[in-house]
Amino acid sequence: MNPRRVRRRVVNGVMTGLVGVLSFLAVLSLILILGNLVVKGASSLDWNFFTKNPVPAGESGGGVANAIVGTSIIVGLACLIGLPIGIGAGLYLAEFGSGRLGWTVRFVADVLNGTPSIVVGIFAWTWLVKPMGHFSALAGAVALAILMVPMLARTTEEMVRLVPHSLREAALALGYPRWRTSLRIVARTALAGIVTGSLVGIARIAGETAPLLFTALGNLNFSTHVLEPMQALSLQIYQYATGPFDEWHRLAWAAAIVLMGLVLLLSVAARWAIRQRHGAAR
Amino acid sequence: MAPPADARLQLEAVRLTALYGRRAVVKDVSIIFPAHTVTAVIGPSGCGKSTFLRCLNRMHELSEGGWVTGTVLLDGDDIYADAVDPVQLRRRVGMVFQRPTPFPTMSIYDNVAAGLRVNGHRSRADVDAAVERALRRAALWDEVKDRLRRSALALSGGQQQRLCIARALAPEPEVLLLDEPTASLDPAGTQRIEELCHELKTNYTIVIVTHNLQQAARVSDYTAFFYVGDLVEVGRTELLFTTPTQERTEAYITGRFG
Repeated sequence: MNPRRVRRRVVNGVMTGLVGVLSFLAVLSLILILGNLVVKGASSLDWNFFTKNPVPAGESGGGVANAIVGTSIIVGLACLIGLPIGIGAGLYLAEFGSGRLGWTVRFVADVLNGTPSIVVGIFAWTWLVKPMGHFSALAGAVALAILMVPMLARTTEEMVRLVPHSLREAALALGYPRWRTSLRIVARTALAGIVTGSLVGIARIAGETAPLLFTALGNLNFSTHVLEPMQALSLQIYQYATGPFDEWHRLAWAAAIVLMGLVLLLSVAARWAIRQRHGAAR
Repeated sequence: MAPPADARLQLEAVRLTALYGRRAVVKDVSIIFPAHTVTAVIGPSGCGKSTFLRCLNRMHELSEGGWVTGTVLLDGDDIYADAVDPVQLRRRVGMVFQRPTPFPTMSIYDNVAAGLRVNGHRSRADVDAAVERALRRAALWDEVKDRLRRSALALSGGQQQRLCIARALAPEPEVLLLDEPTASLDPAGTQRIEELCHELKTNYTIVIVTHNLQQAARVSDYTAFFYVGDLVEVGRTELLFTTPTQERTEAYITGRFG
């Protein structure tokens, strides 16, 4: 065979192999994490784990029902605050954001996007926890919402920009006012993308620990009062994992499985929403 | 151009100049579109014919830097007068674009009803009747009557374009502007749309921009030839194509440039 052809084949083979190994390494971390979680925590996952509250240190048994409910409440509150602001800002950026104000909002969103989450936590502590005089789930939700807003704004903007200009013109030519064109035609066409972006955003904040440390604080008892300290899965994992008891460590692993499962579920839902969008575009 | 004595004036551009910033792309054009006629606007690419069309329903001013001088009269009323709401105006002057633009989130039915619903509340029966009428006029009813609730994206390109025509017709405009409506269609779809032009002119005044000279000759009563922003010549189609008065018109229709 022609030596140049041989060389091409060898290079091709080596490169393909290399890329394959690198991809495998990328996936490997997820496999290792999941495997580790399952090995160390799966045995603690039982009905009690989901339905019981923590028991005093040293006793065995108990669960993380308070943390599961707490995470749901805090994340839910964060969505109530963050989704309208983030999506609204994204719509604004895409539809009217060509001027100076748009540029500023975009810049601020990008800076905020890169802000370490613990800094956002300190911010919430300074402006909410201190003036109110106590830790609260609400402060935690605000911190998470602040993390979510810039992410949502930029993904929403991108999704809305993907809507072809011709659709906008078609609506305007039909006698749609500008605002109705934006809402009825443009935003609706981008809806699947916006939902996907929101799910990814929720998945991101659901596992955050740092911003909750000095806002929601954590709570060993079951609480649904948003102005009181509240437990969250990430906080519970942090407390149990750094504690001195084997029983706590066991529960920390199990709680980590639950949190991981929650995030995976949201990611899968996001994937599904993307598929719906591509299905609709066909 | 002198319109036939029996024709009612419908749409008239008076010394219309369309600009992007300081650059004029349509220069001082005056032209009359008589009621219930089809007028073809022809000319080489970039001659301003699409921009001119977009001045007739005030879409041009939505483009970045777009503005006009001169004016356009619809039934004798100045559509650029301060009191005129361009949103209301566009409900009287329908438009169909080069590429089909069905709203992807809406069903076939909702696409056609879109322009009706934005016009205010109507009873369900009214909307149903208007949707059927528009689809029949656009010669699409028989093909879609059993799947009105299905996505508009399931239709073929030609069907989508007829859907867009139905959507434009549903609010009962007085004038229909067609901007190269067959540019993305195959010959069969093109023929269908051309037949439609003939049928629709009994109810509407139609202005059609086209690249295709044969198409202009087939569908129109009058033809206007644009060249780099100027209206070079306008006249009855059969006359313009057989005995053009301007040298540039003759050069273009005989294929010597463009």
